[in-house]
Amino acid sequence: MKFRTFAAFVGPSVALMILFIAMPLASVFVQSFQVTRVIYEEIEVESCTPGFVAQTCVTETRLQPVVDDQGDMVVETEFVGFGSYINVLEPDRLAEALGEASWSRLMGIDFWKALRFTLTFTLVTLPLVLGTGLAIALAVNSVARSIRGQVIFVSLLPFIITPVIGALSIRWLFIGDGILTALLEWALDRDIAMFAQAWTIELMMLIYRVWHVAPFAFVVFYAGLQTVNSDTLESAVVDGASRFERLRYVIVPHLMPLIVFVALIHLMDAYRVFEEIVGFSSQAHVISLQWLTYDLLTPDQSGSRSISRASASAMLTMVGIVILLVPLLRKTWRDHRLGRI
Amino acid sequence: MRLPIGLRIGSSAFLAAWCFIAAFPIFWIAVMSFKEPVDSFASNPLHVVFGPSTLESGKGLSILDIVVGIAALYAIFKFSTSRLPALVDRYSPFGLRVAGWAVAAAAVGLISVVALFGVLPPVLSAVEGVLGPLGRPVIGLTAEHYEAVWVKHEFYRNFLNSIYVTSGVVVVSLTVGTLAGYGLARSGSNLAFWILVVALVFRALPHSVLVAGYLPFFIGSAEILEPLLGESAPTLYGQPLAVIAVLVSINQPFTIWMLRSFFQNIPAELDEAARVDGCTHFQAFRWVIMPVMWPGVITTGLFSFLLAYNDFLVTSLLLDASNQTMVPAIAGFFNRETTTTDQVEAVAAAVSITAPLFLLVMVFQRQIVSGLTAGAVKG
Repeated sequence: MKFRTFAAFVGPSVALMILFIAMPLASVFVQSFQVTRVIYEEIEVESCTPGFVAQTCVTETRLQPVVDDQGDMVVETEFVGFGSYINVLEPDRLAEALGEASWSRLMGIDFWKALRFTLTFTLVTLPLVLGTGLAIALAVNSVARSIRGQVIFVSLLPFIITPVIGALSIRWLFIGDGILTALLEWALDRDIAMFAQAWTIELMMLIYRVWHVAPFAFVVFYAGLQTVNSDTLESAVVDGASRFERLRYVIVPHLMPLIVFVALIHLMDAYRVFEEIVGFSSQAHVISLQWLTYDLLTPDQSGSRSISRASASAMLTMVGIVILLVPLLRKTWRDHRLGRI
Repeated sequence: MRLPIGLRIGSSAFLAAWCFIAAFPIFWIAVMSFKEPVDSFASNPLHVVFGPSTLESGKGLSILDIVVGIAALYAIFKFSTSRLPALVDRYSPFGLRVAGWAVAAAAVGLISVVALFGVLPPVLSAVEGVLGPLGRPVIGLTAEHYEAVWVKHEFYRNFLNSIYVTSGVVVVSLTVGTLAGYGLARSGSNLAFWILVVALVFRALPHSVLVAGYLPFFIGSAEILEPLLGESAPTLYGQPLAVIAVLVSINQPFTIWMLRSFFQNIPAELDEAARVDGCTHFQAFRWVIMPVMWPGVITTGLFSFLLAYNDFLVTSLLLDASNQTMVPAIAGFFNRETTTTDQVEAVAAAVSITAPLFLLVMVFQRQIVSGLTAGAVKG
């Protein structure tokens, strides 16, 4: 294919990606070193109230935004270096917390709190998703062919559901004295409030995420199971391999590329955890890195958005993504050099 | 290979448990949404299912209602699976079967809603008065929360916005994506490889990072674009069209990877033959490759649909209240939560959002499964 034809085919897509992904990325990078703010000036205002003999006059200084000829507020953009990053990372408080070796002080800082949750969430759900997915795939593979369609249909539901709504649907089962909280209270014979402390909310989030993603792992593994070489399995039987040994030494190695694939996709997605925070309204107890940026971008009471702090926190989130991606990129590069891609 | 009996029972039990867990929350919120607040948040599950206090307040279904209702639902289902396809085939103009199906689905949906909620209730309540015990309500059930959500809170506006944004995203991202996917699949150059690798990196970006880049520009776009476009420069913030462009771009990396893997399954000899017959590259693409690509396009379209329909982050930050789509709008419902009625209305809104997805899985299950495995098996 000539270069010009190739460019004509790929052009629109590449243009969109440059315009809406690469350029915003570059501008976030620049913004994270700048602060844009409205300029305020101090003015003296004398306000008088009528009094009996003389008026009572009070002079006070007030801050008010500078307004230009058109009546717009004047803003200035200033280069602050790593100022916004320091605002997000709060190294002083970090050093203080580390000096005292106080975990709770450390968790009082938003960024480190969010980082702690995001990493725990990503690493804990990963083995659970892989395990559950593999177990469902093996179980479906051993069940009668006639009901597999229905099982796959039901399994796809948690995967397809809007993430915020999925999280809400789990939350509504527990909220107040919802049926599952009632069931737990009955089983443990004690009073339970699922939304009063961080660890129960985190537990529900983990359960929700596994419920949501396990179908994806299942479908991929199930497709992989259809291509297991039956000759190898039979010779393993002849050699006297037990059922577990066949799973361990024939099936799992066959599925290994798929397991790596699902693991990488899951790592990328779990690292972006966000909808759970919204669905469970957990911001008072648990927050994630992406939620931190989202929160900074949402207008506060005075209607202003802290764009530069959001940019700094976004750039810091990116660092994690890059670390996650390195093994994947190395693998793709190897495949490319071997001509497999 | 036959499993020993113990293992077979174990794996069947595990599978049954999984199916129950997978479907239960969705089924349960559907049940909750039809009850009075006291019932839907009751701690006794039987109360939620049968709704005693809903029943007490005089809203319930009699045996007659249930029988007629199930019969009506079955008739609609039967009609849409057996008669409808033939009707669509006959009346849709050539090459526009997709549009024909869209019209048919909208018509069936509208007629069903009118028949189930508009025509049947008055007729049945007239008949019930005569019937005696058969006409007495036995299960508490009320559709009033749906009415409140859709009519009083004007959820249909959010629904229309969702349709607008979602269909825009699907159409644009498939048009742009198929072209790129074809180009990438047929070119073995290093440039194609690097585009794919960069796309892979973009696929992993958290969306909030990108939105942080859009927001200042979108809010101030009228001033920034003025030198280029003059007085008519638009403010992009709050524009559904801008959100469509954003969602299409965010979705592009995934779309081109998936379409590329579908195009690679089509033998290159096919377009070589067309080229020998004198087609240009584009003609070969349009008249030879596209006709055999429909399964891949439908699958990719489904995933674009899901991304746009399910999105919360981008739409909630870039759209204002007047043209909010359904998913961010629901945040307004559950954040209000001043009364328990509000909560049940939030549940009803959630079920309304989920229903189209449920139908989607029913119709396109095979394509969704093939899409999930397409990326993986190639690896």
